[in-house]
Formats: sequence, structure tokens, C-alpha cells
Amino acid sequence: MTQLVLFNVFNGLIIGAFYALMALGLSLILNLSGVINFAHGGFLAIGGYLAYTLIPYLGYWGALLVSPFLVAGIGVLVERVLIRQLYGRDPLYSLLLTFGLAFMIEDGTRFIWGAQSLPFSIPAWLSSPLSSEYFFLTGYRVFMVLLVTAAVAALFVILNYTRLGIRIRAGTLDLETVSVLGVNVRVLRNLNFGLGIYLAGLAGVLAVGMLGLQPTVGDNLIMPSFIAIIVGGLGSLPGTLLGGLLIGVAAGVTSVFFPSASEAVIYVMMAAVLIVRPRGLLGEEGRF
Amino acid sequence: MPKLDKRAADALIWALLLTAPFWLTHVGGYVELGSRVLIYALAAMALNFLLGYTGVLSFGHAAYFGLGAYGTALTIKLLYPSTPLGMLVGIVVGTAAAAIIGPMIARLRGVYFAMCTIAFGQVFYFIAFQWFSLTHGDDGVSAWHRMPIDLGFATLDILENNKSFYYFVLAVFAASVGAMAFLLRSPFGRTLLAIRENERRARFLGIPVDRHIWMSWVISCFFVSIAGTLYALLNDFVDPRAIRWDQSGNFVIMAVLGGMRSFWGPLIGAAIFIVLQDYLSSQTANWMSFVGLFFVLVVLFFPRGVLGLVQRKTVS
Repeated sequence: MTQLVLFNVFNGLIIGAFYALMALGLSLILNLSGVINFAHGGFLAIGGYLAYTLIPYLGYWGALLVSPFLVAGIGVLVERVLIRQLYGRDPLYSLLLTFGLAFMIEDGTRFIWGAQSLPFSIPAWLSSPLSSEYFFLTGYRVFMVLLVTAAVAALFVILNYTRLGIRIRAGTLDLETVSVLGVNVRVLRNLNFGLGIYLAGLAGVLAVGMLGLQPTVGDNLIMPSFIAIIVGGLGSLPGTLLGGLLIGVAAGVTSVFFPSASEAVIYVMMAAVLIVRPRGLLGEEGRF
Repeated sequence: MPKLDKRAADALIWALLLTAPFWLTHVGGYVELGSRVLIYALAAMALNFLLGYTGVLSFGHAAYFGLGAYGTALTIKLLYPSTPLGMLVGIVVGTAAAAIIGPMIARLRGVYFAMCTIAFGQVFYFIAFQWFSLTHGDDGVSAWHRMPIDLGFATLDILENNKSFYYFVLAVFAASVGAMAFLLRSPFGRTLLAIRENERRARFLGIPVDRHIWMSWVISCFFVSIAGTLYALLNDFVDPRAIRWDQSGNFVIMAVLGGMRSFWGPLIGAAIFIVLQDYLSSQTANWMSFVGLFFVLVVLFFPRGVLGLVQRKTVS
């Protein structure tokens, strides 16, 4: 029993880590630019597929390193051409545009790589269990948790200690003042968008090692990411991280006792948070 | 726009709708396409009650549309084979769900409201997808069909005769649209406009803003669930695609494409969107890309919609 509970808590933690990684990227873009990026799941899928294509040339580690940067590059380009036009307009338009973008990306990946799911191989030594008693602790799962932790830590270091990160945080609070102080806001938003998409790409490469490759791989992750943001509180990155982990673990624990409700429990959590504390667990008062 | 023009436009629209089954086949369409346009137009106009006239962005209307559809389908299949009863159950289920969720989101605004409607909409998608014993998950609810309606003095054969089904849809559409127009012209509707234009001022005037947004939300979802019941009857089938988030996006794009600040805008948007989708999906397997591209182009080049464009020209 304890093994089963531990297994599901650990599983939930991994899923929660993915939710958090996705949601942090979404949150970064939402906070600075006011754009909900519906196409985030699509960028995640591109990350996975690019890694799949790169593995024969670069090996697994090379692909893991390069693919998220390529996805971020695509993101920067998309921001330049499309998203930039939407700043300052009704959020309706950014939702619709990224919605259309999500359609195009899903169909595009299906067109290029085919509709059927593709096998995604991870290094053999990573896929074997670490101990026979705790069979669920495969190297890959531990590795994912470590890597996500490292990525999140790096993100918070960037946001707190680099010039770019401090400007992003300042811009989140008051973009106009940041602009008046001589920071190029267009470039700032562009880089910020790239950073958010990088996280989606990284989540993509890691997720397809566990979930397999298909064009809709991002679809199942994007809704929980929205909920992670709502639960954690809009405008707060630590809140988003907390929200992602919370709903992941909650879904994992629920699946021990009542498997069919594991999806439902995250929506119940969202409803509870909205009733008790509409701004979210760590959200600021009066931001929305 | 002068009042006479508006009357003339109304008359033209109703004349076109009333005669549609007779001219549609001559311009390359078919009667079911006309019914589908009407159903989506009703959904988009219902959404626009909230979006265009209250100024609140919902991206989760597919949920209530789908609940209406599932309510109808399951009632006719499992409970009692009667079209009006099925519709009634569908509408009650959809509206009740909206009424329960409403208070949780009525306090929220802007992007936050949109996000929460998306997320709540997804709850019903998961239920429809996973409650296999009831809904047959991805396979959908099939093996049932709409029933002829017994009016007492005559029977309306909406099952076999697609023209009478069209007129049945048109009658429901007309009643719903009339009700919406009446509500918008009432003091309640004017209050919604005041909230859209300046929420803070409306609040200072003593208007309970959150309660009005909740009421507008429930009314909007009520009409969208009517559209959902008709959708189930049209197809004699429902599957989770009726309730998924891309459906919500379709409603919003129809409203925007036609012009959200005009009453008939969503009808025109729905007509353009449905015909385009019908054409594209018959031409290419990659129609999703084109629909996506269409979304992007509308947002970039056509944000005021068809009627928005016309109105601006007549004003200037």
C-alpha cells in the first residue's frame, strides 16, 4: 500500500513538474504581455518532434540541449511577426490568434511527421529501474525531476539576478515606467516570449520520453497548466510553480483511491480556490 | 444607421432565412447546411449577448452547447423518445450548469474570466469523454434519432423532411433571437451596456455589477444550450467534439468575424465560417491549418468584422 501511494505521489510530482514547467512559460508571457498563449501546447509538441528529428545527428543529449533553443527561436520569430501586433488590444484578439496558431501547429506537425504516434527512445541506462523494491523509480523519472528542478531554479536565478530577469519582473509590475527608464520594451517582450517558449520546448523533449510522440501531445497538458496558474494566482511565478505541483500531486493521490476522478480533482481544486480566494493562493490583490 | 435602413435590413435577413431551403440548392448548398448555419448563428448570437453587449469574454461556451446536445441525445435515447422533452432536458441541464458555475467567475474580469471559463468548460469535456457507460466516450451517443413533433392538430415531420426540420430550427431561432432582442432593449439590457461601457461608473450608480454579469452569463448560456439541443437533433448524434474547447473558439470567431457590436453580426460570421469550413474540409485534409490561418487573418486584418466595417463606412 505504501508503495502504491508513494508510486502515485511520485507520479503526480512528475506530472505536476510538467504542468509547472508549462505554466511558468505561460505565466511569464501572460504577466509581461497580457497574452494567453493557447499555442503553448503546440510549441511543446514542436520541441518533442524536433528532438526526434535531431537524435540521429546529435544523439539524445545533443537533441535535449538544442531542440528547446530551436523552439525558442521559432517563438521569437512568431512574436515578432504576429503576437507583437496584439499588445494593448483586447485580450480577445490574442486568444483568437494563438488559438488559430495552435490549430496550424497541430496540423503542421501532423503534415510533416505524420498522424500516427512515433517511438521516442531515451538512453537505455536511463530507462531501467534504480531499485527492485521501488520499481517506479526509473532513472528517466528521477532524471526528469532533477532536470525540471534545475530548469526552474535557473529560471528564478535569471529572474532575480540578471539584468534581463530584473527588467522582466519590473515590466510585469509597471511596463510604462520601465519603458520611460530607457529599456527597450519591444526587445524585452520579445526575449521574454522566447524564454517562455523555451520552457515549453524543454517540457516537450522531456514529456515525449514518457508520453510518446503525437501531434496532440500538448493538448492534455495545456488545460492543467491554465488551472495551475489560476490555483497559484495570476501574476505570481512562485504561485504558478506551487499550483502546478499541487494539482499534479493531488491528481496522483486521488488516482490511488478513486482513479476515474484523478482528472476531476484538479477542477474541484480550481473551483475551491475561486470560491475561497479568487485571486489564487499567492496572487496579488486587485491585479485582475 | 437610419431607422428605415435598419428595418429594411431586418426584413431582408428574415426574407432570406425564410426562403433559404428554396434557393440554397441553386447556389451549391444544401438544406442541412442552412440548418447548421442557423444553429451556429444562434450559438454565436447567444455568446455575443455576453461578449458584445456585456463586454465579458467567455471562451467556454462549448460546454453549455455540448450539455444541451448531450441532454437531448441521452433523453431521447434512454428516457423517452420525444423531441420537445429532449430539448427541455438539454436546456435545463445546460442552464443549470451555467447558473452553478456563474457565481464563481462573475467576480473575475478580462483575461482571468476567459481563462476560468475555458478551464470550467473542460470539466464537461472530460465527463463526456470518460463516463463511458453513459456517453460512450469518444464514440459518441448514436443509435437514436429526432422524433416527429406532435402538435395536437398535426404532426411536424422533422425526421424525414429536411425542409420541415429547417423551418423548425428557424422557428426556434426566431423565438430565441426575438427574446434576446427584447432583453437587450429592456432596462436590463441597457444596464448591461452601461457595464460594458464603464463598469466603475455603473458600480457608482448603485448597479450590482457582479449580479448583472452573472445574469447575463446565465441568459447567454441558456440560449447557447438551445443551440446545442438543435445541434444534436440535426446530426442525430453527439460526440465530445461538440463540447471541446475548439468549439468555443469557433463561436468567438463567428461573433468577431461578423461584428460583435451589431445584433446580426454573429449570423453573418456564422454563415461565412460554416460555408468556409464545409468547403475546406471537402477540398483538403489539412483544412485545420486553413481554419487556423483564417483565425489569424481575421484578427490581424478584420478585427471589427463585416458589419463593423459597413457601419464605420456609413458613419464616416
